Amino acid sequence: MSSNNKTAIKNKEPFFHITKRKHMEWYQSWTVRILAIILALVICAVITSITTGLDPVSVYGTMFKGAFGTQRKIWILGKEVAILLCVSLALTPAFRMKFWNLGGEGQVLIGALVTATCMIYLKSLPQPLLIVVMLVTSVAAGAVWAGIPAFFKAKWDTNETLFTLMMNYVAIQLVAYFVIVWEVPKGSGNVGIINQNEMQGWLPVIGDYKYLLNILIIAGVTIAMHIYLKYSKHGYEISVVGESYSTARYVGIRVGRIILRTLLLSGAVCGLAGFLMVAGTDHTITTTLAGGRGFLGVMVAWLAHFSPGGMILSSFLLGFLERGASEISAMYQLNQSFGDILTGIILFFIIGSEFFIHYKLSFRKKAGKEGEE
Amino acid sequence: MRKKSLVLLLVMALTVMTVLAGCGSKGGSNSGESTEGAGDAGSFKVGFICLHDENSTYDLNFINGAKEACKTLGISEDNYIIKTNIPEGQECFDAAEEMVDAGCGIIFADSFGHEDYMIQAAKEYPDVQFCHSTGTKAHTEGLDNYHNAFASIYEGRFLAGVAAGMKLNEMIEAGTIKAEEAKIGYVGAYTYAEVVSGYTSFFLGARSICPTATMDVTFTGSWYDETAEKEGATKLINGGCVLISQHADSMGAPTACEKAGVPDVSYNGSTVESCPNTFIISSRINWAPYYEYAIKAAMDGKAIDTDWTGTLETGSVELTEVNEQAAAAGTQEKIDEVKAQLAAGEAHVFDTAAFTVKGKALDSYMADVDTDEAYEKDTEVIADGYFHESEYRSAPYFDLQIDGINLLDTKF
Repeated sequence: MSSNNKTAIKNKEPFFHITKRKHMEWYQSWTVRILAIILALVICAVITSITTGLDPVSVYGTMFKGAFGTQRKIWILGKEVAILLCVSLALTPAFRMKFWNLGGEGQVLIGALVTATCMIYLKSLPQPLLIVVMLVTSVAAGAVWAGIPAFFKAKWDTNETLFTLMMNYVAIQLVAYFVIVWEVPKGSGNVGIINQNEMQGWLPVIGDYKYLLNILIIAGVTIAMHIYLKYSKHGYEISVVGESYSTARYVGIRVGRIILRTLLLSGAVCGLAGFLMVAGTDHTITTTLAGGRGFLGVMVAWLAHFSPGGMILSSFLLGFLERGASEISAMYQLNQSFGDILTGIILFFIIGSEFFIHYKLSFRKKAGKEGEE
Repeated sequence: MRKKSLVLLLVMALTVMTVLAGCGSKGGSNSGESTEGAGDAGSFKVGFICLHDENSTYDLNFINGAKEACKTLGISEDNYIIKTNIPEGQECFDAAEEMVDAGCGIIFADSFGHEDYMIQAAKEYPDVQFCHSTGTKAHTEGLDNYHNAFASIYEGRFLAGVAAGMKLNEMIEAGTIKAEEAKIGYVGAYTYAEVVSGYTSFFLGARSICPTATMDVTFTGSWYDETAEKEGATKLINGGCVLISQHADSMGAPTACEKAGVPDVSYNGSTVESCPNTFIISSRINWAPYYEYAIKAAMDGKAIDTDWTGTLETGSVELTEVNEQAAAAGTQEKIDEVKAQLAAGEAHVFDTAAFTVKGKALDSYMADVDTDEAYEKDTEVIADGYFHESEYRSAPYFDLQIDGINLLDTKF
């Protein structure tokens, strides 16, 4: 160790190394986060001025206005945030169990498809009964869609990531098939608004607020999910299975059963999201209805470390960035991709800051100092 | 909890930025409160809703038309809004409402699937005009403020077909192919009447010049799917097609043709820049005349036609310049000649003498003009020896499978 050959030491010791931090005080971690955001905004500003010649400050202002500029924009933001949150909430129990459910997209779509099926074929039922049937069947469909990969995982330990991803494609193809069955006019590949005149199967509107009901329902789901994960025995079991299958077995938890049960719940909430989109807002079915929320939801959940309360804010952040980006493209006649680039940079820095909060970078000490010791 | 503060901070940071932006922000001048009682170009606002952005040849064609019309009418950039990447769902309705909030007096949407949401918006905002291109429902909805528009693009397709026929003849004369090998390939989106009308008129144009022409058609099941369109074109080329055309909105088919060195008759606008060796000509709808007409009418408080069909005469149906590099000699002259005949009413694209269905010439056909779930055939469209396309509503309804065209797949 005490070799006098300083150059040899220099070569052996890497320039920096990474260690896990034990703990960081809240004010320290917040300093890191704030710095990250400031840095992200500065870099976005530089990129904005270089590539578009626009004043970055007014671009940020436009983003803000795009999300909050009018009462209507706030409602639209609320609608988008709520549905994204719903999908993220659905994925959370599975992720807490370290079951990588990437099938949110398909589970939402299948719920949406079943809802649309009921609206088209059962429209003669009385309205309240029809809505109950739609709700039950779509939630069940979502549960089945997630339950299939869970069953295989529990029984034969198949790879859930691939399985759930593949189930997405099956759902998309099923929707594509039914779109052709229901398309109007023939050959157009377009279903249009279902029951536009009689509104059978449409969720009721509270006062003048078209999106309020969806928001309230999802708020309820958020609270329920929080309680379920934090205070119920099920929630505890999920955490234990997530830590280690062996530990879970040791304390007498039947792992297979927990996997299946949790995924049924996960899929059911995705099915609910599909139901809310078709019956509550869009009233149509397309292959793109889920719009990537099954994947965006993964990011929302991760950003919030799988805490439902935190997810309200992370889904809000993503919703805000999305609406802001779209406003930029409309106002400055820029391509949508430009807003997406800014969003990407901001997210990159936010996620990156978590690294510096959890890990420590130690640089190689000055060679001179080392020699003296 | 930590995330909560994180977002709060981000929001605060942005708020500070906004406050700092203050008076300097020009994007903010579009708040719309001051536009009540608009009447002149100075304050009249217009909104355009597009499915994709300028990377789609289809949407680019609309965006160009929108900008051109606004420029002609003296509507400044602050007074029109173009929203791109609006899906065919509730987002379309949301976008329309936002535009109403911003003070738009007239709002256009460009994609077929936007129609129901535009109708919904039209019902809710009777004082605002809603115009939907390619839609089929205006004439049956009975709303004063909801309108459809299209153009007699079948005439443009027919003329583009003439250029294709010239090219086929040139290949036959040069001995590159035999007369019976003059097979055209066509990449379509859906088996929808708009597409059927497009490829049939294109084929009739080609066959009017090259009588031995036949055509294979494949469908992608999407209006915009670059991979599927490229694969479709490649499949057709491998299947012996010596010339390609398409009705789908990406650069998929044109680039596949350029790569394979197979001539391509394009759509929605010139693709000559990416395909200098294979691009022959392209037909396109120029939306500017419609936009000008409808915006002008809305400004003056005049009624807008429920169904408006642009023609060669209104400047709505256009052909790009012929690319001499790829086209046969004399193409432009021949096109001009046929165009004059069409314009004069001496020739008709869907002349019943020019095509047969299952070996028989038609003297009567009921088309599905009024959109309904049962696809009911409701209107007689053959009279005076030709199929009257885009007359009973602006959107095409020609959906006959004529002899000589072979559909490879019809699943979409």
